[in-house]
Amino acid sequence: MSGSGKGILKGLGITLKHFIETYTVDRKEGKNRYFTEEGILSRRTPDTKGVFTVQYPEEKAPLPEAFRYIPFLVYDVGEDGNRDIRCTSCGICAKVCPPQCIWITRRTDEETGKPMKEPSQFMIDVDICMNCGLCAEYCPFEAIRMDHDYEIANVDRMKHHIFDLEKLLKPASYYKAIRPVQVEREEAEKREKEAKKEAARAAAAAAKAKKDAENNS
Amino acid sequence: MAMSEQVSVSQIPAFHEIYADQVKLDDREGYEGFIIPAEFLVQFAQAIKSKWGYDFLSSVTAVDYFPDMMEVVYHAYRSLGGPALVFKVQVSREDSVVPSLVSVFPGAELQEREAWDLMGIRFENHPDLRRILMWEGFAGHPLRKDWKEPYFEEENKPFSSRWPEGVAVRSETLNPYGSNVQYPKDFDPETWTPEADESLYLGLKSFKENDGLDTEKIIINLGPQHPSTHGVFRMAALLDGETIVDLKPVCGYLHRNHEKIGERNTYLQNMPFTDRLDYISSMSNNFGYALAVEKLLGIKPPERADYIRVIMAELTRIASHFMTTGFLLNDLGAFFTPALYALKERELILDVFEAASGSRMMCNYFRFGGVFQDLPEGLLEVIRDLAFNRLPKKIDEMDALLTENEIVRSRCIGIGVLTAEEAIALSASGPVLRGSGVPYDIRKADPYSIYDRFDFDVAVRYHGDIFDRYLVRIEEIRQSIRIIQQAVTQIKDGPIFDGKSQYSFKVPPGEAYGRVEGPKGELGFYLVSNGQANPWRYHVRAPSFINLTSLRQMSLGEKVADVVAVLGSIDIVLGEVDR
Amino acid sequence: MAMDEINKAGVTIPPELQGQIAITTLDKIYNWSRSNSLWPMMFGLACCAIEMIITAASRYDFSRFGMEVMRPSPRQADIMIVSGTVTKKMVPQIVRLYNQMSEPRYVLAMGACASGGGPFKEGYNVVSGIDKFIPVDIYIPGCPPTPQALLHGLIIMQKKIERQKLSDADWYKKDVDNEIPVPILGPDLIDPRKYALIKEQTHKPAFQVVEEVQNGDE
Repeated sequence: MSGSGKGILKGLGITLKHFIETYTVDRKEGKNRYFTEEGILSRRTPDTKGVFTVQYPEEKAPLPEAFRYIPFLVYDVGEDGNRDIRCTSCGICAKVCPPQCIWITRRTDEETGKPMKEPSQFMIDVDICMNCGLCAEYCPFEAIRMDHDYEIANVDRMKHHIFDLEKLLKPASYYKAIRPVQVEREEAEKREKEAKKEAARAAAAAAKAKKDAENNS
Repeated sequence: MAMSEQVSVSQIPAFHEIYADQVKLDDREGYEGFIIPAEFLVQFAQAIKSKWGYDFLSSVTAVDYFPDMMEVVYHAYRSLGGPALVFKVQVSREDSVVPSLVSVFPGAELQEREAWDLMGIRFENHPDLRRILMWEGFAGHPLRKDWKEPYFEEENKPFSSRWPEGVAVRSETLNPYGSNVQYPKDFDPETWTPEADESLYLGLKSFKENDGLDTEKIIINLGPQHPSTHGVFRMAALLDGETIVDLKPVCGYLHRNHEKIGERNTYLQNMPFTDRLDYISSMSNNFGYALAVEKLLGIKPPERADYIRVIMAELTRIASHFMTTGFLLNDLGAFFTPALYALKERELILDVFEAASGSRMMCNYFRFGGVFQDLPEGLLEVIRDLAFNRLPKKIDEMDALLTENEIVRSRCIGIGVLTAEEAIALSASGPVLRGSGVPYDIRKADPYSIYDRFDFDVAVRYHGDIFDRYLVRIEEIRQSIRIIQQAVTQIKDGPIFDGKSQYSFKVPPGEAYGRVEGPKGELGFYLVSNGQANPWRYHVRAPSFINLTSLRQMSLGEKVADVVAVLGSIDIVLGEVDR
Repeated sequence: MAMDEINKAGVTIPPELQGQIAITTLDKIYNWSRSNSLWPMMFGLACCAIEMIITAASRYDFSRFGMEVMRPSPRQADIMIVSGTVTKKMVPQIVRLYNQMSEPRYVLAMGACASGGGPFKEGYNVVSGIDKFIPVDIYIPGCPPTPQALLHGLIIMQKKIERQKLSDADWYKKDVDNEIPVPILGPDLIDPRKYALIKEQTHKPAFQVVEEVQNGDE
């Protein structure tokens, strides 16, 4: 071996510094460093030092809004307490899904036999799903979204791993709770669209009134 | 830089005029390059290498133009820089024989084996033409268009059974064997004998002359389950005592049929699959694929999207190089301390990816003509903070921890040497090539996206040993930090997408090859479109895979323990090696 | 905390001895020690293996659960985390590794690929879930499961172990042979347990096979 061993000593100095920092930082920042939200956040900043561990399950790393796991379906709660499923079974998510893990049965009207704008069944095989988020990205009705719930380990995949409509449906309030910024943006877009429509309608009405007035005169 | 100002390396000679008798211009719409008759191929390859300076054969692949013909496609470059020289050989589907180019470009070895395995193209005079990703004895050549997998549903996605009358069925319940298998007719498992690894072991040659002592050479296998192999990779080594006399990489243990699935997918559906190639640098993979498809579509992203792409690609490079450096030390026996320090920085970078794209590893962030979404509020400040305050400090710390360390130096210096000539001949790319003294970086040699706007240096070292490859990576992290610092300063507000992102679109017919300088080397995507919503051919030029061609050269004459370090210094990711 | 967990034999301890002794059942102390020293096998297949390494690294650090000793040898490992896509070319080795693990042994299928083939399920070289060959105790969906999802799966695994009983433990019984026949690589992957089925199917007239596939029965 070449050299005097200075390089090794220097390296050991660095590891020692890291070791000591775990104590000094804990000392300085006090009890709030662990098991509090600000404590967890302080261990994720670009200037973090000392202990880096998130003590799951007592502590959980905060999920960014964009985080995606398995998809879920959003329903609104109607005035009479009904579940108002947003999905119109247009099939875009099933078409765009890269591993083709979405199956949708469109509901047909029992009397007329015509297809209706809602699914009678919606299935996702989570053993195939790649959590890519394309279904949510291209859904035009804000009906399918990516969930934040990752604690879904279980003991029997044959029983539990094909998610059906019942398992996939979650209320709009849940969607708003996990993705507030996105919901805000979508609502703003909707309002804007409505306003535009309203303006167009008003303009059309005004034009018509003007025309009528001209015709009358 | 405008085209006219570029230096002469960027001009491709008019070979169809120079060799007017043999070479034809590929004049199909949307295609480029030259068509060479099979019997002229070796001569042509020698000529472009010795006369025209095309010394780097980057990619060899084949396309099945079912039912007309097979076409073998070669991409060659000058190691001085410039665009690709594309040349093709067309042969019949029934009798697909093409002369091997291994004698001219040794780097074609593994790629030709892959084309034989998946496409059934026989390369004459190839030194060791065995299957590489599948096993010897497997029935059929799976990438041929008339070969159907056991779970075959339809030619192209989306499958019609999913909507509007979709009911979830597990594919295995539809298969008569209850699993993902099929056998030739009249196959009898009881009377059949398996083909063992004999042909592999017979291929190991003893090069060293016997020095008088009567020693017995032994074959040992490292992997596929071995802590040193970074996944499911196997090396069959012939040993004389502890010295490597010959070595062959054995791969395919993670062959996930990326290309076959990719040819059923629509263009967009391939994007999340590219994440899973080199799964520690998904943003770079996205980048290469997006560039290839954008070339076909003839579109360009808006400026802000370009900046975001560069920032993400460089962060990926930093994360990947940190990880490689950490795990190289693991391979040297410094179990986990340097790796833990490296992974800590990688975690902070992954937090950025997670906030931007929604996933830590499988980002699926790029779209054709932009990115998935703009950076969320406050993220740019985090990136700025990382690039200006944390990462420069941490790379200095890593440097101080390892570079002067006597054990690291004595284990790495002079071990696993690959000279510049060998590196070019073996088609090595990325840090392996630059560690051998060839300053070839696609970001400079054949600039893509907006890399020509940034001020950075190509990291290069000249000894070609493990230590120099390590130093190149450390230096590249520094240069990437420089690029990010410039990018976060220059980036302006604006759209990240022109118009609206589409999920299904037709792509004009033609071919395109998009390549980026990924953390592992030249990552290329070769696409052939026939005008449909699905690519006709989708090939990945995987740097990890092709860099393995030089593993044998680096290991010859070294001790077994050093091979582990040599492999660590090449930096392979099995998802990309086997695809 | 540990004291409370063990001390559940249903016997009340006199006040003067509280905190000094614990009365427990053999099952409980045995399972408690086993579940808190699960040694995983150092064995990664694909993308999920990276997340598994991250789970072992400083941010998530599963040594907090007594799992820090990752063993490269199956002989010393208690739990096999099948972390990634199982290919046909790799499955003989995985089954062999499983056979080499000593009882009690557990298998955790991490991610969509190991559970059921994942996004690559349709590929010609991919096994539709490792449970086609070896018994799996816990499945974790996700592609890839984040380190916290893996930890959640491991915690469930610990709970599962805590519920086991010595009296009906498989590995103390006589003539229980859990050796799994190693698959063979032929024209396609051959499961030695299915020789009869394979022969029956390959020796059928061609039209019959097509018909059965269309009818969807096995």
